[in-house]
Amino acid sequence: MKNKLNLIILFLLLSFCFIIFYKGLSNSNTYTPKVNYKKNIPVFEARDFNSNTNITSEKVFEKDIYYLVNIWASWCVPCREEHSLLMELSKNQSIELIGLNYRDNLKNAKEFINKLGNPYSRILLDDKGTLGIEFGAYGVPETFLIDRNKKIIKKFVGPINQEILNDIKLIIK
Amino acid sequence: MLASQIGYYSLVLGLLFSFLLCAASIKNFNNNNERVDKNVITLSLLQLIFVIISFLSLILSFVNSDFSNETVFDNSHTTKPLFYKITGTWGNHEGSLLLWLLVLTLFIFLFLIKSKHQPKKYRILTLLFQQIIIIGFFLFVLMTSNPFDYLFPIPAEGLGLNPILQDPALAIHPPILYLGYVGSSIIFSSSLAAVTQGYITREWGQHIKKWVLVSWIFLSLGIMLGSIWAYYELGWGGFWFWDPVENISLMPWLTLTALLHCILVLEKREALTSWVVVLSITTFTLSMCGTFLIRSGILNSVHTFANDPARGIFILVFLFVLIFLSLIIFFVFHKENNKDSNNFFWLSKETSILVNNWFMMYFLSVVLIGTVYPVFLDVISSEKISVGPPFYHKLIAPFLVLFLLFMAFGPKLRWIKSKIENKNSLISFLVISIAISLIILRKLNTDVLFYTVLISAAFFLFFISVKELFVQKFNNISQVVAHLGFSLLILTILFNNILSSEIITNMKVGEKYNHNKSEIFFEKIEEKKESNYNSIVGHFKIIDEDGKTIKLRPEIRIYNQPIIITSEADIRTTLLEDKFLVMNLVKGNEYFNIRYQIKPFMLWIWISVLLISFGGIISLFKKKYEK
Repeated sequence: MKNKLNLIILFLLLSFCFIIFYKGLSNSNTYTPKVNYKKNIPVFEARDFNSNTNITSEKVFEKDIYYLVNIWASWCVPCREEHSLLMELSKNQSIELIGLNYRDNLKNAKEFINKLGNPYSRILLDDKGTLGIEFGAYGVPETFLIDRNKKIIKKFVGPINQEILNDIKLIIK
Repeated sequence: MLASQIGYYSLVLGLLFSFLLCAASIKNFNNNNERVDKNVITLSLLQLIFVIISFLSLILSFVNSDFSNETVFDNSHTTKPLFYKITGTWGNHEGSLLLWLLVLTLFIFLFLIKSKHQPKKYRILTLLFQQIIIIGFFLFVLMTSNPFDYLFPIPAEGLGLNPILQDPALAIHPPILYLGYVGSSIIFSSSLAAVTQGYITREWGQHIKKWVLVSWIFLSLGIMLGSIWAYYELGWGGFWFWDPVENISLMPWLTLTALLHCILVLEKREALTSWVVVLSITTFTLSMCGTFLIRSGILNSVHTFANDPARGIFILVFLFVLIFLSLIIFFVFHKENNKDSNNFFWLSKETSILVNNWFMMYFLSVVLIGTVYPVFLDVISSEKISVGPPFYHKLIAPFLVLFLLFMAFGPKLRWIKSKIENKNSLISFLVISIAISLIILRKLNTDVLFYTVLISAAFFLFFISVKELFVQKFNNISQVVAHLGFSLLILTILFNNILSSEIITNMKVGEKYNHNKSEIFFEKIEEKKESNYNSIVGHFKIIDEDGKTIKLRPEIRIYNQPIIITSEADIRTTLLEDKFLVMNLVKGNEYFNIRYQIKPFMLWIWISVLLISFGGIISLFKKKYEK
């Protein structure tokens, strides 16, 4: 009797796992945006990575160009992967990259930038992870494209790849 | 062209032989012969030969750069050195699955010829279960990942192999790891066969132990090779990142290690039978699960592989069919024998092995949860998270202390009923270990209580193992060596963590950089041309604190196909420490970013893993069972 019960519980549990994995297959590896269409950028105040002074969101996004907010951290492995693409994008004149250093150790973050180069025109510190939440981020890395009207028009969960980069270039052209 | 055709049809024939084998073995199962029919073994050999032909023709296509073959086109290039053309065969999804098949068929053939003294019905059932797996993989390869797909018009040039995969350690890493993974399939099939035959006995334990050891040794070495590769090729100076793909290879290793210990109990006392069967099933399931998680692209990881949902669904369904099948067999046929679990005396070798099992299960669940929790969370709440090293360190490290103490203590106990001998020597060893670690940590100015505890525990195991090595002479040598290796591994990892130092700076040619008493001098750069890449070699002279001079030559390589820039670290390995120098381009000026690391005891980390595996090898070749 006890045996049967065990068997049933185990089967239910495994079926549950199966369903989860099955569902996971169809939606997890897509990094395309689902939400946040045309959402306003949040109003915030944050510390600057280099000068360590506070700065308001208004000041950060003051120019009339596209912005790309990229949430990164030195401990985040996929961030290293996408970094070279960000470097490439940073050469583009019609967009500025804003880095959001997420829950990181400042020393490690600086090493990261020193080693891999700095694609960002400005880096903001988000050591508590609250700023990321304001943007509606799920984790690291995550990237938001902001248009001239200061609206978030696209959101990319996970590392940027060549395809996404081409997309972005097309939009900002 | 021709090779692809031959390869493809050999695969189809191989599948056909699977069905023939099933038919022949069912017939053989029911007839009155006492032995396995000759034709069953011949069929198995033929199947193996066809898979080998198929594999060789894929290699041939790679060697000839036959771009009419899609796999070759996607993963090779004419300018690649011959060595990487060959290793590129299994450096991709299709080819690596063909390798899986090759090892699957090879192992079942070896099993058949090596198990002559086992009961016929058991051998045939093992063959049948193994054929189910083999058929599954044949269908998977033929339906979703055919390595012989034809391209027309024939492209003039291939896309090339990812440069970071063009590396000797990575060339042999997949085959070695697969031998471990697939070896566990034999354990899986034979334990199911043994369960249905009520043959989970002492004799079976002795017979299957060899296979457990073989898989375990290969799995350990395979994990180590992957780790070595990550260390020098990815250039972050670390060797284990708790990346999902690394975790996936670690999980079957944990269950296999537990199984290895349970088999000892089975062999000696015919107990823990349920553990043995469940662990056999779990080990293979986890290996398969690993294949699923990697190949389907459901996980985000540094290892980027092709994402094709059809492949994912196939493996997923196949995986769960195997799990359900094995569970049904386990619940229907398995009769727990009365010697099991509950009536062990609390202080005995059996109990200590049971404790080891529970530790392993704990470590397994930590790694498992860390790896699959993000997937679950994503599906249930569409929230994406990644689990990083702190999670694993925080959950594993405290238990590691207890685990190390147990590892020192457990093997000293006797079977059935034991008492603690030499209490004084144990206590004095413990005191010495604590004292030594306190002294060392004081010297290093890293006076963290937790480190002291962990290092003391590791030293304790280390000293006990060294003592056993001398006292016991050659009794139990395999166990002593493996445990010694493990304590050394933990010690070296800890000291490596504590003592590593690093200098990061930007330099241009001709500059000197002084740090404390050491000096880095960037002498010159030199350009080199190889067939598949151009490289910039930096010449560095480093004078370290004791005034010794070494020269290091890190490279920046610009691969031509596909165009990718990689940094090759130059590493000077000595017995006590590694000196690791890597340079990177800084955009738009003449400066290079230099990262110089001193990493103590790196060599010993690899040596420890070798020692652990060597323990297994001794056990494999030892005739007599230890006391």
